[in-house]
Amino acid sequence: MAQEAPSTGGSSRTLTMARAGREAVIAEMRKDPNIFVIGEDVAKLGGVFGTTVGMAAEFGAERVIDTPISETGFIGIATGAAMAGMRPIVEIAFVDFIGVCFNQIFNFAAKTHYMSGGQFKVPLTMMIGYGGGYNDAAQHSQCLIGTLAHVPGIRIVTPADAYDAKGLMHTCLRDDNLTIWMVHKAIWGLGWLGTAIKTAMATVPEEEYAIPFGQARIWREGTDVTLVGYGITVHHSLQAAEKLAAEGISAEVLDLRTIVPMDRDAIMKSVAKTGRLVVADEDYMNCGVTAEVLATIAERNPKILKAPAVRVANPDIPVPFSRPMENFALPDADKIVAAAKATLKAS
Amino acid sequence: MKPTPKQRIWMYESMLKSRLFDDALFEAYWEGKKPVFHMGKGPLPGEMHQSFGQEPTAVGVCAHLGPDDAVGAGHRPHHVAIARGVNLKRMAAEVFGKKTGLSGGRGGHMHLYDNNVNFFCSGIIAEGMGPGAGIALARKMQKKPGIAVAYNGDGAVNQGAFHEVMNMAALWKLPFVCVIEDNNYAVSVTTKESTVVPAWKRAAGYDCPGEYVKGNDPDLIFEAAARAVQHAREGKGPSILEIETERLHGHFIGDSAGYRSKDEVAGQKDPIPVYRKRLLDEKALTAADMETLEANVKEEVDAALKFARDSEYPAPTEALDRVYA
Repeated sequence: MAQEAPSTGGSSRTLTMARAGREAVIAEMRKDPNIFVIGEDVAKLGGVFGTTVGMAAEFGAERVIDTPISETGFIGIATGAAMAGMRPIVEIAFVDFIGVCFNQIFNFAAKTHYMSGGQFKVPLTMMIGYGGGYNDAAQHSQCLIGTLAHVPGIRIVTPADAYDAKGLMHTCLRDDNLTIWMVHKAIWGLGWLGTAIKTAMATVPEEEYAIPFGQARIWREGTDVTLVGYGITVHHSLQAAEKLAAEGISAEVLDLRTIVPMDRDAIMKSVAKTGRLVVADEDYMNCGVTAEVLATIAERNPKILKAPAVRVANPDIPVPFSRPMENFALPDADKIVAAAKATLKAS
Repeated sequence: MKPTPKQRIWMYESMLKSRLFDDALFEAYWEGKKPVFHMGKGPLPGEMHQSFGQEPTAVGVCAHLGPDDAVGAGHRPHHVAIARGVNLKRMAAEVFGKKTGLSGGRGGHMHLYDNNVNFFCSGIIAEGMGPGAGIALARKMQKKPGIAVAYNGDGAVNQGAFHEVMNMAALWKLPFVCVIEDNNYAVSVTTKESTVVPAWKRAAGYDCPGEYVKGNDPDLIFEAAARAVQHAREGKGPSILEIETERLHGHFIGDSAGYRSKDEVAGQKDPIPVYRKRLLDEKALTAADMETLEANVKEEVDAALKFARDSEYPAPTEALDRVYA
């Protein structure tokens, strides 16, 4: 069983993202016998990141299915099951592994509803871990959210804390499309990946709630500069905002929360207020989420920017192994602070 | 299990329907593409992979299927779709890219879907294996009757998806039949050049039945398919049914198949006249009944093509619909 960071009990429960996501899955599975979990190590182990712990005991091996290492095969199988009335949840522990099954995702699962003129629905939810920061090198540290977001027919949510992890999981499981629930490994809630970022743990209501797709979240209000991020970069941005505040700079932190669809109105509204923008993303910069945020402003009203926007993202290199080189590639609070100061200086 | 006279007549009728449908499409395909060939021109744009010669593989298997069953086809799907009972008018309209098509023109000839008969396609080789087995898994999990059949070409057996899905289908004893249409060609590469061990022999590696049917003969395919389908229906798991067949044309219209020798092409046999003669010789039906049947099929195909041609094109902005459910 995967080792988890402790969660506190009681009426005001503080949960890790893994526990919060699991709570949503279990609640939906109890209501709908068509939901099942399939993937590598989801049954006996309880998921590489602990999201499916205890599910096999409650729902049995028929509904929590350990697979061979055959991502193409089981994603195809899950897609077919979804076309025939089931509602599968597929775990791909590391987003890097979509390289071996991307065809089945982008050529079939994401397109079947469209190519069939709406005759076949594919209500399939994928749970995927992403991100680096623990020296796992170039094949286990990627984000690839921009890659997935580029393909029509997929909805992508990237919660930054346990509250959103649960609410967005409910939304994914109730949706009739291919949805991807993606969590950065460092904030998922596992001891062995570090729990330094405590802000990802959150008070989570016991009752069910769904957070709609396409609604950004303002974590901190500010007036001088907007810091846009999602997942782990929300936490980097919050730390950056604290540091900026100490220097008298008021930063607003906007969490995209869902990448597809993206809450473009929220971006416009915030930047119209602050006039300055930093977008932070651990994913590759080229043609990525940061570019999409900037394009939104360029298309809708570039005049709201008082100074050029700044992107903090992977400088288009494979994630290096060695600590100093990996840290160079990753976004962090200091880089966001420097970027914010640069945009403030530029005007 | 041998086919009844009624089943044999149905098999001939379905093969003929597929043939006349392909004949009509072949003719229409060249409209607007002469003197200079441009794949995007004319009323039938895009790649067109036709089923000439492969009709027996469709009817011999689909004759055993009922409404609870599901069928997935590949990039050369017309014969399978027709044998499965896909709505012919809406299928024709889809191939012409019309609003009345199965998918409103979003799919085209390689992406035919008809939910009424649990039929789907994929234009990517072996990609239908997973979804096919997945439908079989859904039937099993929901304790519903029905099996799934995935059609693949001989070239598909060297895709990873083929192996991965056969392994899991066998592991979980899914009600699934993997049909391999061995027309000896993956575009221009022969099975001998691409495949060390044929698919039906690989069945041993998945501890499931594998059978090879020679002769491109509907009656023999019917008998072998009966065994595979029964195996699946009895909950014994998947099987691999590999069928020798003929690709009488190129890979797609416009492929002159210059990689085949003249002798080889001269030696090819069209299975439809052979079967027609057999049915008449064995008095499965009278010459007069045959004439009526053929006239009816022609009428149905003509009506489908007319429906397609007469239908409206979708409005351009309909392209924005159906991306999400």
